[in-house]
Amino acid sequence: MKLLKQFMLILLVSLVGELLKALLPLPVPASVYGLALMLGCLCLGWIKVEQVDKAADFLIEIMPIMFIPAAVGLTEAWDSLKPMLLPLAVVILLTTVLVMAVTGITAQQMMKKGEKHHE
Amino acid sequence: MSDFWTDTLFFGGVISLLGYEVGLLLKKRFRLAVLNPLLIAVCCVIAVNKLLGVDYETYNQGGQYLSYLLTPATVCLAVPLYRQLSLLKQNWKAIVCGLSAGIVAGAVGILALSKLFGLSHEQYVTLLPKSVTTAIGMGISQELGGLVAITTATIIITGILGNVIAEAVFALFRIRHPVARGLALGNAAHAIGTAKAMELGEVEGAMSSLAIAVAGILTVVSASVFAPLL
Repeated sequence: MKLLKQFMLILLVSLVGELLKALLPLPVPASVYGLALMLGCLCLGWIKVEQVDKAADFLIEIMPIMFIPAAVGLTEAWDSLKPMLLPLAVVILLTTVLVMAVTGITAQQMMKKGEKHHE
Repeated sequence: MSDFWTDTLFFGGVISLLGYEVGLLLKKRFRLAVLNPLLIAVCCVIAVNKLLGVDYETYNQGGQYLSYLLTPATVCLAVPLYRQLSLLKQNWKAIVCGLSAGIVAGAVGILALSKLFGLSHEQYVTLLPKSVTTAIGMGISQELGGLVAITTATIIITGILGNVIAEAVFALFRIRHPVARGLALGNAAHAIGTAKAMELGEVEGAMSSLAIAVAGILTVVSASVFAPLL
């Protein structure tokens, strides 16, 4: 029963996220509103972390499988991808590495500097 | 017999989970980054569908219930984030700078490569939001006049690629700090990258979740600045 209550709270926050998305004219998905909302509720103590943690940990653990149907759907988009396949492949590969490396290196360097500053 | 597959709702779920189990087994057995459970699951499902002559619509009748969980799961990313809140406060400057630097670098990279390949404005803005979470990316692409279907495909491919290559990139560029790793994964490969970050550790996962939300919002701004440049 405990787990059911946890799922109920999570679905409730998701629902309010959907509501915000319907009301606000921004290109922000319901899940991001929901994430911010859940974080706010936890910080304000409206929801205690013990009231959602078991269901949350479970959902996060199985998250990769939730992308399978969308990724399988790529076979449907094949015809529209074909004409720009080479540039697409190069752009995706190079920029993914670029974003990952630049983000990681910048953050790491800044934290190193910050730690030295504290010493 | 093929009608049977069309009639049952459980087919999509079963082959998806089976494919993922196969992926987990292979990863445990061979310990290679290419043997990514998600990637293997996707390949298995596509192969099984082809073999049995099941079309995507039929598969997705069951498969959609897995996708249904995606919004609640993303909402749940607030939990690890909340547990790591002090880390966030302590490192907020490094977090903001890292994410912004990555987003600008990505946009400059896409602009340069689009010029190199002689892409049209439409194709260029289609690619601009490729690193953000699907729902935000689709919105940006639509707003800028891109091809939304291709943007969606690009975002998913980017996510899976980021998930697969993350550990190699971290080794190559000596990115060792868990905060930096998490931010890099979330910024480059959104929620699919975050799934990988969760495997690496709770700090990585929390930072990656944060990156999804912040990167999504920053990209809305950066894309509108970069869009008129080609």
